[in-house]
Amino acid sequence: MKKQVYIYRSFERFWHWTQAFLIFFLAATGFEVHGSFVFFGYKNAVEYHNIAAYAFIILIAFAIFWHFSTGEWKQYLPTFSNIKAQINFYLVGIFDNAPHPTKKTVLSKLNPLQKLVYFALKVLVIPVMVISGLLYMFYRYPQKGGIAGLNLDSVEPIALFHTAGAFALIAFIVVHLYLITTGHKPTTNLKAMITGYEELEEDKTEKSATPKEELKAETIEK
Amino acid sequence: MKKIVIILVVFFLAIVSVVLFLRTKEIRQPLTVQLKEKYSKKHIPSVDHSKFSSLQKNFTHPQEVTETCITCHTERHKEVMKSNHWNWEREEYVKGRGIIHIGKKNAINNFCIGVEGNEQSCSKCHVGFGMTDALTGYTDSTNIDCLVCHDNSETYAKGSEMGGAPDPGVDLAKVAQNVGKPKRTNCGVCHFFGGGGNNVKHGDLEKAMFEPSREVDVHMASEGVNMSCVDCHTSENHMMKGKMYSLSSMNRGRSSCEQCHTESPHEAAILNEHTLKVACQTCHIPVYAKVNATKTDWDWSTAGQLKDGKPFEIDDKDGNHTYLSIKGSFKWGKNLKPEYIWFNGTADHYLLGDTVSDTSKVLKINTLNGSYADPESKIIPVKVHRAKQPFDPITKMLIQPKLFADKKGEGALWKDFDWLRASDIGMTEVGLPFSGQYTFINTEMTWPVNHMVSTKELTVNCIECHSRNESRLAGLDDFYMPARDYSAVIDFSGKWIVILSLLGVFVHAGVRIFSASKRRKGN
Repeated sequence: MKKQVYIYRSFERFWHWTQAFLIFFLAATGFEVHGSFVFFGYKNAVEYHNIAAYAFIILIAFAIFWHFSTGEWKQYLPTFSNIKAQINFYLVGIFDNAPHPTKKTVLSKLNPLQKLVYFALKVLVIPVMVISGLLYMFYRYPQKGGIAGLNLDSVEPIALFHTAGAFALIAFIVVHLYLITTGHKPTTNLKAMITGYEELEEDKTEKSATPKEELKAETIEK
Repeated sequence: MKKIVIILVVFFLAIVSVVLFLRTKEIRQPLTVQLKEKYSKKHIPSVDHSKFSSLQKNFTHPQEVTETCITCHTERHKEVMKSNHWNWEREEYVKGRGIIHIGKKNAINNFCIGVEGNEQSCSKCHVGFGMTDALTGYTDSTNIDCLVCHDNSETYAKGSEMGGAPDPGVDLAKVAQNVGKPKRTNCGVCHFFGGGGNNVKHGDLEKAMFEPSREVDVHMASEGVNMSCVDCHTSENHMMKGKMYSLSSMNRGRSSCEQCHTESPHEAAILNEHTLKVACQTCHIPVYAKVNATKTDWDWSTAGQLKDGKPFEIDDKDGNHTYLSIKGSFKWGKNLKPEYIWFNGTADHYLLGDTVSDTSKVLKINTLNGSYADPESKIIPVKVHRAKQPFDPITKMLIQPKLFADKKGEGALWKDFDWLRASDIGMTEVGLPFSGQYTFINTEMTWPVNHMVSTKELTVNCIECHSRNESRLAGLDDFYMPARDYSAVIDFSGKWIVILSLLGVFVHAGVRIFSASKRRKGN
């Protein structure tokens, strides 16, 4: 039996969409700083990029707190079971209208490939971008204070890491935007991330939380 | 639980907005306004020299004027005689050479090459009288020319070929009664005409700076703050701040923008960060030679062509010489974008008698030191003057030819047009060997551009340097600059990863749509 399930909570959706906007904006301003095109004007691009970067860092701080306080971080632990089946689904099964090999539930929202890719984003790409971005921002010239302790003679390695990360994120967005159409219907996943609700196969073994039930749970905790 | 969080957030936002609202705005006037006020005040002299009885007489020799000056200003002549305006040289430490004296006696340039043999004429720009051919006369204090710098009547002028003495037509008493703080005309009469004509050498110092518009120079603009040279080039005991690295070598006694404007004059922090590595002039002097052209290239090798046995000249439409039989061919430029170099305030120079080890390279007459890695270095704008000048291929020395003489037959190039003889006599006069052969070598001279500061609206834009293909700093390749620089490997692979992702997505979507429609038909 299928049932409307509250799968993405309000903060999660807020985090997701703010992050999406910031990444697009950072990419636009960032590639202007990189010299790829002219749009905002160079000085504006740099200033906007820095402001958006601080906003992104604040968002990340909240997101980290949210992930740990809700236990959602466990969803991102990579697993290799079923990974072959998932790859098989995208390469073959999807064309034959085969069912998704992994079942989406509130406690396991991500398929094994998503787990792996999101995990890589969270522990590799985003940290590289944040760290190289902060170094870029606070880089001062040799022997002139700033982060002299790192003994970097040039902003070049910092900039190159930052650029490489940016390309990786863009490639991720391209594939991510496409793969959200591979839900039950092409718009299923998008709707879910906007409203929070998705029609899922009811799982008898798990308690599917609706906002009401969630509230109840909270009052019980109190 | 949720309520508490909401209350906390609202409380926090309230505090922040109250703090932002109550924060006092800067009441102090911006520095530029304070500076404008300071330099707009008219200088009122404390004495009126026309009231001094000792100056009410007919001076027959300029030395008498100097003697009279010294009777009141009893110690000033000692200061002047220590200055480089008087000595035409400075004691400098140069790495690799030690402590040496560098000046017009031993330095060479790639314009008229040097003063040797031409002292009578060149001393028109010496703060003294009685210059002899041997560059002596430096010890007699009555030979100091106080008036050339302190005349405020604008009637003083030095005579031609007179060893620095004033033109016979000058009313010395009138000038002596009208002395004061040096004006733009006092400095400009020499510094705007270096190299034998207006704006020949510097490019940013020329007669248009006597009464410039705001577009030409924001500081000296007659309708603006109307600053004089000595407002920035301040002096203490006749030692002027500021010097030119055509002759200077050490990082001292420089005049700088920061002495008024501080090292962080901008509102935007991102611009202030630039001042660590970029000199003010780099952004604030987008072009130089804004009114009249400056000489950019001098080819001595074509000198000596005659028409009907007589020297001739060719001028361009603006009246600049493009050919002179006595000097060769010239190129000129107006509204020029400077070239850019790293500079740490120290320089080396080709000195008379230096031998050139590698004659295949362009010889640098002056080498301004600096690099990205050097913490003292900043990017500065420069004019580079290129030349082809006489060179002895055997001794490997630049040749100081004898250029000037009163009449034909004395071996001067400008009268007899004989390179061999002019070289022979010239080198003998400076006490250097000459092999009897001459050729021409390509040389470069670097002139920092410091004047003709533009209004802030005309400042160099970010993108003029931070640009892939048209960066003003394209020549400075020893550091990574955002937008100009990138890793070919990372940009190439990055681009292809994105393109392949897009391709993969489109192919996958295509197959999905195709198989779905096939299924529908099958059903």
